[in-house]
Amino acid sequence: MQLSNQTTSALSAIHTSFPRQLEDEAIYILREVAAQFERPAILFSGGKDSITVVRLAQKAFFPGKIPFSLLHVDTGHNFPETISFRDQLVAELGVELHVRYVEDSIKQGKVKEESGKYASRNALQTVTLLDAIEEFKFDACIGGARRDEEKARAKERIFSVRDDFGQWDAKKQRPELFEMLNGRIDLGENVRVFPISNWTELDVWNYIKEEKLDIPSIYFSHQRQVFDRDGMIWSDSDFINKSADEIPYQATVRFRTVGDMTCTAAVASHADSIDQIIEEILAAEISERGARIDDKRSEAAMEKRKQQGYF
Amino acid sequence: MDILRIATAGSVDDGKSTLIGRLLYETKSITQDKIEALEAASKRKGLDFVDLSLLTDGLIAEREQGITIDVAHIYFNTARRKYIIADTPGHIEYTRNMVTGASNAQVSIILVDARLGLSEQTKRHFYIAQLLRIPEVILAVNKMDLVGYDPIVFETIVQDFHTTCQQIGFDGQNVHFIPLSSLYGENMVVKSEKMPWYSGDSLLDILESLPPQGDLYADKPARLGIQSVIRPKSEAYHDYRGYAGRISSGQFFPGDRVIALPSGQESAIDRIEKFGEPLDRARIGDSVVVTLTDDIDISRGNMLIKKEEQSPLQAKVVTAEVCWLDHQPLTVGKTYALQHGVNRQKSKVISLKSLLEMPSLIRKEDPNQLMLNEIGQVEIKLGSPIFADVYASNPRNGAFILIDEQTNSTVGVGFVEAH
Repeated sequence: MQLSNQTTSALSAIHTSFPRQLEDEAIYILREVAAQFERPAILFSGGKDSITVVRLAQKAFFPGKIPFSLLHVDTGHNFPETISFRDQLVAELGVELHVRYVEDSIKQGKVKEESGKYASRNALQTVTLLDAIEEFKFDACIGGARRDEEKARAKERIFSVRDDFGQWDAKKQRPELFEMLNGRIDLGENVRVFPISNWTELDVWNYIKEEKLDIPSIYFSHQRQVFDRDGMIWSDSDFINKSADEIPYQATVRFRTVGDMTCTAAVASHADSIDQIIEEILAAEISERGARIDDKRSEAAMEKRKQQGYF
Repeated sequence: MDILRIATAGSVDDGKSTLIGRLLYETKSITQDKIEALEAASKRKGLDFVDLSLLTDGLIAEREQGITIDVAHIYFNTARRKYIIADTPGHIEYTRNMVTGASNAQVSIILVDARLGLSEQTKRHFYIAQLLRIPEVILAVNKMDLVGYDPIVFETIVQDFHTTCQQIGFDGQNVHFIPLSSLYGENMVVKSEKMPWYSGDSLLDILESLPPQGDLYADKPARLGIQSVIRPKSEAYHDYRGYAGRISSGQFFPGDRVIALPSGQESAIDRIEKFGEPLDRARIGDSVVVTLTDDIDISRGNMLIKKEEQSPLQAKVVTAEVCWLDHQPLTVGKTYALQHGVNRQKSKVISLKSLLEMPSLIRKEDPNQLMLNEIGQVEIKLGSPIFADVYASNPRNGAFILIDEQTNSTVGVGFVEAH
């Protein structure tokens, strides 16, 4: 059998609007966090998902202020554009920002810097994060992870209880029925909260578009020094150990996700507006073949690493 | 654009993974690289077709490792709406997972293997759809290719369903019957040429035509559980006092006379806001902030209702059908935290009246305990009243969860029957 190419009129048109119920759901979740926990924080990376979460928090408590502080675990290898964006947003919102550095965890001897060609601080972040949770006594950490990102996440709860070691036990997950959220925990435990669990990448972009949210410039097409490795486009930087045959060159690229420079690959793109980005994502999803497939693979790999580190 | 939430349940053998894979494929929700990977994996397995069930492969691997996976969420879009499938593959903790996955669903897809006809599982699945008052049920008779697309096979199953299951259903529930081959895509997206005798729509067309959730409970009495009171105390909003929450059922308009529970104090809605913007109405699912014309006593867990509408009963004893979700059985005399919406109260199980035996659906009186996956009628005493409706009359305000105060786990879900 061959996969058929049948299609209906429903599928021939591509949708580009945001389902508002997702926003209502996320606002409901954030209000539950504020009510059920004493010291919640938003894990803020400066990426599109955490920018979306911050916007939702703004909406949930307006005209009151966001009752959460922001926590950024800084690998020291971030894109400078992301950091300046972060600082500007924090100033506008008037929320408290805590930054904790992987560099410090390394100095304290708690983690060891990786070596070699693929050296990255991404996996080291977890230790810094857990230390920060303990230091600030955060009982709930709100993250922008989504269930469509990968299969294991598809099963994680909206309120995901972690033990003293930050571990997620798939077997011990609490059933979540209707929209009732149970955030009861013992001292020392904490909960990871995922208010945009039910959003897809496209939902996030449509939301950013409809809300006219600012995002860091590296999401848009720009000129950058890059080099090729394993079929991916890497941003050239001092943090990455290049081999002799990896020659940097100038290219027109953008980033689909924003993480640590050592684990975020660029995609060749001329998309310089949100509309064009959305078009690009849609095209990538329905395209028959092409260079984008490799881009997608690299993105999936990146997101996975991000999850191991951050969530 | 709205969202339609679907619940599916069943074992691997009935073609559920293939059905979900097919829906994703036909709606172009799978990227090309994944399709190529599927083609390669299918070839490796020596198959002469593309095995779409491999899309949910991760789930199978986990099952092999003996991990309880309960509910997985799968997403796809059409031009009309966004779909969320809550897929509950667990056959070990079947009832628990089905109830959890189906709790937010408007549609339940019940798969039947055309060769085998109705099974105990079909009946159980349909019973849960009834218990949860899921308005739309699709009985999908799958694997029609293996019975030569024979209309008699399909008709026999439909008749069988009418005799054995129909009496379980409730008024207002729509049951759709559809013959399918998810493996070959027959009747999935377009009507099958192999089954010209079938007069209904394709599966996707049925899903596309179902009413949005907002229309379903709009005529129910309006209920707004208060999540928090917003008091900015800033210069611009010095005396501002807004009540934040998500509408569970019905609709509110500015000017509505409202009553706050439990105080019974009366006021009127001044404004309904979202991010400062005034709304001319709020309806089920909307997360809003409501301001009132009077300063009255309202705090988290309280509820706003409309004066002219029927109020929920505020009794300190409720009778409910409870589905038990925990390995530790329900114990009569034990206290649990009971959470109804955003209102949490102390509670105590006074008695366990009956237990529903599966699959016979016969009630056993005065059972000793309620174990994992069992459903029973329970009488519960509350420390302070909750503001619930009878589940059957207003599902969005008629359910609660029970929380074990020692383990903090969610151990049971209840459907209010009477006060």
